Amino acid sequence: MKYQDIELLRFTTAGSVDDGKSTLIGRLLYDSKSIFQDQLDAVEASSKSKGFDYVDLSLLTDGLKSEREQGITIDVAYRYFATPKRKFIIADTPGHIQYTRNMVTGASTANLAIILIDARKGMLEQTHRHAFIASLLRIPHAIVCVNKMDLVDYSEDVYNGIVSDFKAFSSKLGISDIQFIPISALNGDNVVNRSENMDWYGGSTLMYHLETVHISSDHNLVDCRFPIQSVIRPHTLDNQDYRGFAGRIDGGVFKPGDKVKSLPSGFVSTIKTIELNGEQISEAFAPMSVTMTLEDEIDNSRGDMIVRENNVPLVSQDLEVLVTWMSTKPIQARTKVVIKHTTNESIGMVKELKYKIDINTLHRIEGIDKVEMNDIARLSIRTAKPLFYDAYKKNRQTGSIIIIDEQTNETIGAGMII
Amino acid sequence: MSNYVINHLKELESEAIFVIREIAAQFENPVLLFSGGKDSILLTHLAKKAFFPAKIPFPLIHIDTGHNFPETIAFRDQLVEKLGVKLIVGSVQEAIDNGRAKEETGADASRNSLQIVSLLDTLEAYKVDAAMGGARRDEEKARAKERFFSHRDEFGQWDPKNQRPELWNLFNGRKNYGEHFRVFPISNWTEMDVWEYIKLENIDLPSLYFSHQRDCVVRDGVILANSEFIKLKEGEEVVNMTIRYRTCGDMPITGAVESEADTLDKIIEEIATTRTTERGGRADDKRAETAMEDRKKQGYF
Repeated sequence: MKYQDIELLRFTTAGSVDDGKSTLIGRLLYDSKSIFQDQLDAVEASSKSKGFDYVDLSLLTDGLKSEREQGITIDVAYRYFATPKRKFIIADTPGHIQYTRNMVTGASTANLAIILIDARKGMLEQTHRHAFIASLLRIPHAIVCVNKMDLVDYSEDVYNGIVSDFKAFSSKLGISDIQFIPISALNGDNVVNRSENMDWYGGSTLMYHLETVHISSDHNLVDCRFPIQSVIRPHTLDNQDYRGFAGRIDGGVFKPGDKVKSLPSGFVSTIKTIELNGEQISEAFAPMSVTMTLEDEIDNSRGDMIVRENNVPLVSQDLEVLVTWMSTKPIQARTKVVIKHTTNESIGMVKELKYKIDINTLHRIEGIDKVEMNDIARLSIRTAKPLFYDAYKKNRQTGSIIIIDEQTNETIGAGMII
Repeated sequence: MSNYVINHLKELESEAIFVIREIAAQFENPVLLFSGGKDSILLTHLAKKAFFPAKIPFPLIHIDTGHNFPETIAFRDQLVEKLGVKLIVGSVQEAIDNGRAKEETGADASRNSLQIVSLLDTLEAYKVDAAMGGARRDEEKARAKERFFSHRDEFGQWDPKNQRPELWNLFNGRKNYGEHFRVFPISNWTEMDVWEYIKLENIDLPSLYFSHQRDCVVRDGVILANSEFIKLKEGEEVVNMTIRYRTCGDMPITGAVESEADTLDKIIEEIATTRTTERGGRADDKRAETAMEDRKKQGYF
């Protein structure tokens, strides 16, 4: 069976109404034959009833009534397609400033970001924002698509100008892997098929990049981290003494026989088995969900973490975090919040607001007294109990937190631990 | 395995198991909404894997519209018996009998939207705070915008414009009294993923999904099973056809496809070349362009 042994790539696209993002997604879905006839019929019918001359592929991605009424995307939409080489999940997010929180949401689980630039307009404020968010969330790979090349006569000079502008900006950001591709989403140039209009471009198509970009080292394979979700105790006659720790590996490679340490207790033991549904697993690594048993009876519970004896995370009640604020209610210093980190949860206090980042210039704005919706800011947080964490740049799972309003229970902030 | 990559089915499995375990850990009275369709059968299989060797630590809820395929009910009872899990049945017939719901009339009458009443009543009666289901984002455009953890207010309503952001694998299941969550562990699976995984794991399915002979009525281009629940309109006739089902809802509204596919391999091949969506045969989605969004807001699954 051809589909069974392929990898999963999650990518995010960010763009505004006009830069052709929906058309690009429509093109990827269409050229990979992931659009069904009845979906196409429905889109054709609505395009016609709206009086358009062409089939508006963006209608495929705008799901909600209010979005279609206003012709905008208000939330993250997820799209799926597969080629014989890979399965793809697109987190399609709107690009305007008030939706930074959606871009951050889509970026948090992505392996790759597609950043779209309109060749006629070049770098805009929102391009800065998209690139900055991709780097802030540590998306390992980025592809900059210079779109609408057909409208600038497929000019190599225009393309090179935009590429060097982008490089000048991104040198400050630290995205490790950036590719540039000149495309026309409308005509399909360099999307799935190579363009005949741009002989001067020697690189590969967008689809080729998506299918071949190396993602196996996107997870941390060095620092062993296993946060416990729950303890499995069957209470049956066959399994009276069974005590399994259920969870998903967040980093490193675990094997039966490994010496491990349990946090916060500090007890040391040896891994007896790693299994799922009774099947034994010889090596477990991120992002596998497994059940682990230990040689010794250790009283672990949800929120505890199993690590290697000689490679432990930071353990502290004081966190320095970069947050994206997600609530219409601003936050001030001395506010009590709930912090969720791995499978752990703690009451916390925002102790200090250090600075905001102007995401267009990357300058710091000091001396702030509140952080508002869509702001990116550095905070100091004190938690009621110690958390076991790594810096976000080292591990996206053990280095991230969400901040929850104690009264409304809403998620109000997303934080990356420095 | 040696280069530390897992394939897409294993990654989706791992994600779903993580979410199912989060539900069990974060809520007091979670349930699994079991429709008898392949997606909820898959979900039940994943729940079994998540807690093995312990049993699934929450009950299954089935909302029985009274219009189910008999095969669905028989399959449900066998599965529950095999897994040793508790089953709760919410009855739409009962809701109609005691006046909580009003039956639609006319030839196209369906009990689809009446399920909302029974579902919300049952969730309330059992004080359910998290109901997990097998809905997938690739099924329908309103579902493409669902979260894994989808918050519902005290009236069971979904507010698509005000959803909680969902970041990394940190799921916020905190809620106020009276509110509950719908949780969708297989959000990221496509129809093809489901079938490939069913094959990989050798999961049993009701016979409805495989090619068989059945007496049918073709209405507005949709092939419906002839049954006591369907009233023939003028000019319609009963034809014996070779069909199978791609989804499994109520008998009077679930469209079949003409198909010779009687094995999983043939079904996978058929899906790989098919040109219509899975829910393309669902009369309940065809009532309006935003039919699903409207029902979801009211508390439909």
